[in-house]
Amino acid sequence: MAEPIIRFSGVTKSFGDNSVYEGLDLEIHRGETLTIIGGSGVGKSVCLKMLIGLMVPDAGTIHAFGQSVTELGDQGLISLRSRIAMLFQGAALFDSMSVEDNIKYPLIEHNWGTPGEMNKRVSEVLEMVDMPGIQKLKPAELSGGMRKRVGLARSIAIKPEVILYDEPTTGLDPVNVRRINGLILSLQERLGVTSIVVTHDMDTVFTITDRLALVYEKRIAFAGTPDEARNHDLMYLREFIQGGRGTLDIDF
Amino acid sequence: MNGFRELLVSVGEISALTVASVRELFKRPFESRLIVHQLEQGGYDSWSITVLAAGFTGMVLSLQFAIGLEPFGASMYTGKLVSLGIVRELGPVLTALLVGGRVGSGYTAEIGSMNVTEQVDAIRALGADPVRKLVMPRVVAMTIALPLLTIMADIVGCLSGAFITMLEVGVTFRFVFDQMTETLWVVDLLHGLSKSVFFGYLIGVIGCWNGLRTFGGTEGVGIATTRTVVYISIAILVSDFALTRIFLAIYG
Repeated sequence: MAEPIIRFSGVTKSFGDNSVYEGLDLEIHRGETLTIIGGSGVGKSVCLKMLIGLMVPDAGTIHAFGQSVTELGDQGLISLRSRIAMLFQGAALFDSMSVEDNIKYPLIEHNWGTPGEMNKRVSEVLEMVDMPGIQKLKPAELSGGMRKRVGLARSIAIKPEVILYDEPTTGLDPVNVRRINGLILSLQERLGVTSIVVTHDMDTVFTITDRLALVYEKRIAFAGTPDEARNHDLMYLREFIQGGRGTLDIDF
Repeated sequence: MNGFRELLVSVGEISALTVASVRELFKRPFESRLIVHQLEQGGYDSWSITVLAAGFTGMVLSLQFAIGLEPFGASMYTGKLVSLGIVRELGPVLTALLVGGRVGSGYTAEIGSMNVTEQVDAIRALGADPVRKLVMPRVVAMTIALPLLTIMADIVGCLSGAFITMLEVGVTFRFVFDQMTETLWVVDLLHGLSKSVFFGYLIGVIGCWNGLRTFGGTEGVGIATTRTVVYISIAILVSDFALTRIFLAIYG
């Protein structure tokens, strides 16, 4: 297995009186797809947001590419965010901008190149998510599944090394769920990116995952392959995997 | 005691946001496109409401003075009083209250919606800064636009006041107009405009600040928007008294 490129050690985080993590330890290796599972409201997304500095841990350290995320300045965070992209739960497209301008946003911020090169990149990534030629549409004109795919196109536009997915399939119909899962897989194969996927959809987990990590009792209670998970002696983990398998995701 | 603490925290947060905005204003490249867009939306589009409010304020003020001063045989001075009242006090304050309600609540609703749909996080994740992209352009635009709108309110208020004075007191328009231009000095105009610069800043910064701390979905956006209108109105009314005292000491 490749060397870990991201490491959480002893991370604690609370919001007011509500403690989310008390000693979170997790390692992510280059090129793998790791899924983070756990019940609703246990703070799975918090983990992703801390990794790119959108939230700051109360204690503990997070290292990405050998740098401590909490010690990075503004410039350091900007360059970190060009290497680690995030797909937000609701896609978080900018409503006031067209699809094209949404995808150009990170290109402009990271000085991608001439307008011509940017236009070329926009059509490239739209083709990658199977939605060519929709540059001029507004996010309001897109369905939930399409928004997620445009959000994904925006995230991969600057060629990140790591992509964070926050519940990529929640709220989508089965066809779109399969399509998004396929995209995550093909991006990993084609671009060799490392993926961290937060989800509680077990179909997604078993389709795409190399390793899975369970958030339970304010820490990572298990991290390993799906096979190891099935035979693990933690009752909650086995219930989670079996209980979720083959059922639709109604937990939001 | 809790309320007092909250007030102090709010003032602290607003000050920090102000400092961050000023810093972004002087960073290259200059975000002129965003500022111009906000000038148009918040400033130019507020001209009709400003004209309407100033016009009727000038009219009703003349009506009250013309009738009220009659027992003392002082109706002739209506023009003087109306012009002073409009330029020093009612022009800046009424314009600020109305534009504050219109534009400040809009800022909170827009930024608040972006916040609850993770678009503000997305701005940061894509390598940009929400203060630079959202807050600074709005604060700058309002600080520029409100004094300009106030000049317009002053002119419209005085003219409509002169018109009603002419009808009610029975003097010529020329007489009232000359009386007003003799009464008003540059300091009167400066006095009003200095206040409106500050009011404009307050509208921008309070609107954005409330938007950025919005949480709790669409309901949260509603609550934050209502709160903005109240905060802006109170801030304008309270600071008006303090500023008037200061400027009376400076300008006499």
